Amino acid sequence: MSDTAITLPPAGGPPQASAISEAVIRIAGNSQDGIQAIGGFLARLAGRSEQEVMTFMTIPSTISGGPSIFQVRIGSGEVLSSGDDADVLLAFYQHSYDGHIGSLKKRGIVLYDTDHVQPNQELLGEYSHVGIAISSLTIEAIGGTGRDKGKNIFSLGLLAKMYDLNVPKLEKLIGERFSGKDTTILNNALTAFHAGYNHSLGNVVETFKFMESAGKGASQVVMNGNEAIAYGVIAAGVRFGAAYPITPWSDVMEILRRELPKYGGSFIQCEDEIASVSMALGASYAGRVAVTGSSGPGISLKAEALGWGVMAEVPLVVINVQRGGPSTGLPTQVEQSDLNLAIYGSHGDCPRVVLAPAHVEDCFYTTIEAVNIARRYNVPVMILSDQAIATRIEAFEMPPLEKICQDITPDLTPVEDYKPYALGTPDGTVTRVVPGTRILSGRYPIAGGLEHDEYGHPSASPKLHTQMTAKRRLKLQSLAVTLPVPEVYGAAEGDVLLVGWGSTQGPIKEAVDRARAAGENTSAINIKYINPLPPGLEEIFSRFKHVLVVEINDEGLYGFGQLASLLRSRFCDPKIRGITKTDGLTFKVKEITERVKAAVASATCKA
Amino acid sequence: MSNPANTSVIETVAALPAGIRKPLTKKEISSDHPTWCPGCGDFAVLALYFKMIERRQLWQEKITTVSGIGCSSRFPYFVQAHGAHFIHGRALSFASGVSLSRPDLHVFVFGGDGDAFSIGGNHFTHTARKNIKLTYVVMDNWVYGLTKKQTSPTSPLGFKSKTDIWGAVDYPINPMKQAISAGASFVARTTHSNPNHVLQMMEAALDHDGFSFIECLSECVEFYDGAFDASNPRKGGKFNLVPADHDVTDEQAAYKLASEPFPGHFGIFYKSTKPTKNAKEATVNAGAMEKFKGLKDWQILQKTFDRMK
Repeated sequence: MSDTAITLPPAGGPPQASAISEAVIRIAGNSQDGIQAIGGFLARLAGRSEQEVMTFMTIPSTISGGPSIFQVRIGSGEVLSSGDDADVLLAFYQHSYDGHIGSLKKRGIVLYDTDHVQPNQELLGEYSHVGIAISSLTIEAIGGTGRDKGKNIFSLGLLAKMYDLNVPKLEKLIGERFSGKDTTILNNALTAFHAGYNHSLGNVVETFKFMESAGKGASQVVMNGNEAIAYGVIAAGVRFGAAYPITPWSDVMEILRRELPKYGGSFIQCEDEIASVSMALGASYAGRVAVTGSSGPGISLKAEALGWGVMAEVPLVVINVQRGGPSTGLPTQVEQSDLNLAIYGSHGDCPRVVLAPAHVEDCFYTTIEAVNIARRYNVPVMILSDQAIATRIEAFEMPPLEKICQDITPDLTPVEDYKPYALGTPDGTVTRVVPGTRILSGRYPIAGGLEHDEYGHPSASPKLHTQMTAKRRLKLQSLAVTLPVPEVYGAAEGDVLLVGWGSTQGPIKEAVDRARAAGENTSAINIKYINPLPPGLEEIFSRFKHVLVVEINDEGLYGFGQLASLLRSRFCDPKIRGITKTDGLTFKVKEITERVKAAVASATCKA
Repeated sequence: MSNPANTSVIETVAALPAGIRKPLTKKEISSDHPTWCPGCGDFAVLALYFKMIERRQLWQEKITTVSGIGCSSRFPYFVQAHGAHFIHGRALSFASGVSLSRPDLHVFVFGGDGDAFSIGGNHFTHTARKNIKLTYVVMDNWVYGLTKKQTSPTSPLGFKSKTDIWGAVDYPINPMKQAISAGASFVARTTHSNPNHVLQMMEAALDHDGFSFIECLSECVEFYDGAFDASNPRKGGKFNLVPADHDVTDEQAAYKLASEPFPGHFGIFYKSTKPTKNAKEATVNAGAMEKFKGLKDWQILQKTFDRMK
């Protein structure tokens, strides 16, 4: 709820419905409670109601159980982040209550399960406490011992009542979710939902009603970042992939394994990460651009083969769903610490393209773009997603699939002659001729990792290595000049420019909105093209007094964060500094605004 | 394919009618002069590959030659056809990507013992177990040649190399046992010193629908001279063919043959007709595509997205 919309319930009066423009709901429980399902229902409902939605979740890296949260922010207007503080906390256990009550706004509402939670007496005055015997009421409603099963749907009913949500739409969503299963399961779910919905919240708490959404008119689709990447792969025309399971990448490969056969394609689970990248390169070499992906440790393992793709000029798309590192690190938490690995990983001068999608919709379109850059420039392209974007759910406009789905089947028409590594083309590229193509000159290409002549045959000639190194570099330079200048969010010039990449875009934009509302002259850009960098950055930087790069990695290690280091080395501009953190969590808006103030103050002191 | 509206699937292309194209000659199919040392056993394997292509009327657009790293892995550069020289140990994974996405091509992989059984050991096991359709010829010389005489995974105990100056201490891998136990569906053994036999094995491998593995002894005259003399009648050794009564479908019998001391027997040790991964994936796809018959790719995706509203 925005601060302007919140209305305190009149003491002792009947519950009243306040109009709100947005709400942040945090659900805290254990990972097996199905709290992601509640969040998922809320997110899908928002999507179908033309509202904006963004979610945030944490999951333990245990096999089963462990504390988990799901936060969903629904808004009638633009939703840029999953929200700093919650309006409502739904706490299933004592640890959920104790651990997350602090994330509530002042006078926020905590709904807690009286079967498991003993509220803190000292906090009774600070937050609206609503105790409901969620566990026993669920068992009363649907019977059975079923441990804690169903209480998530019961709680969804409570929230539906509280926010006056559209019941028929929710029933439909529940029906879709449990379709194909035993009808008693669906009936139980609906019974639990209605039990929650009809449970009296008493007059302790007000209810809310979302204001009419600005209305996008178009139908929306609701998914998380990993889904968006997987379907982007399919839309781009990729029909082969290979990978090895690793969190948080795995669900991309699960989706592709399940979906690609519908399109005549295959996704292969390999024995290891190296086999995966090698198999994908083999398929790419043989025709259509193929895809592999992983997270942190798996990407490290793929580095050598990636270098082969650069040397042999074979296109490939590598998806890196970043997690906390180094080594096994934080498998289920977010970090943006693979930027250096993405750009520099693999030995030698090894130019490849690196793109970072900023939100879920961007994951879909960036993946298509990555495939097309790989094809156009015969180069490996890495997509730097992260755990936060992978697991968060957003609603976005239904893509015009007829228009964007592409067929990238290779052309096997015989050619006269083919030099795979022809020197002297304007942008360093040639159109690939793949196996199965007859070459009438009788000279056939070899794709190899050795430095080579124009036909691909080995050569250690000093001149050729110089020329071929320049050729590989030229491809990236040619791509760079075609890239759009990043759009400045906020005024085109001012005091502070926040620079972000990837999933931090939302909170950064919201920080800009807050700063500008407070009269501060702050703007932001998001750098999607990490390598090569887009044109125009130096000029944009020149219009601001401070350039602060916001990223989730350790600037203490390098002096600056990973992107900030890159920008400083590229532009030699001492006003580029960083705002970084390494707590495994996404940036909150207020973290950014506070750190900006501190950074500006420290620079002013020094001056 | 059952679903012509979908992305076109590259399928087996019908062979041209006889007489339109003459079989490739050695001159047309040979490329760079091999960089191998004079007397290297690998020359024989290359010559017999050419011979097989010529005899079986394979065309450059129907085959792909893939290798990893090592002396023998220079192979694709010497063949005038589509080919790839991949990274050390991963040739099989790369070739699997070609094989699984291009049913119209026959993929031949050449490599050495280090590439196959040391750095690439994991891929050997899994490519064999998945029965991916391709032919893998390992030119086994019992030594690392390209890096100039270090111990290889097949070096016999006591072999003196630069990394075991006192003689190899690690027990060697038995490639034939390894292949059989991993589930390879065609396992054969030959030696460079018997060209006709090499050709026979290559042709049998070509005809096999599945993962076909040939261990071909290939002497390194520079760093392991005389290693295989005991198998070469011209050097006073014995070349024993697999006994005529050997049942190639009998895994235990094959394992027994593989356990014999050097020089052992030569020929096909094991052969089975289990379905390939290529065929299994095609079956999965046929089932999945059946439900979307007549729909274009974007319409299939639209159906999925409609459920995500």
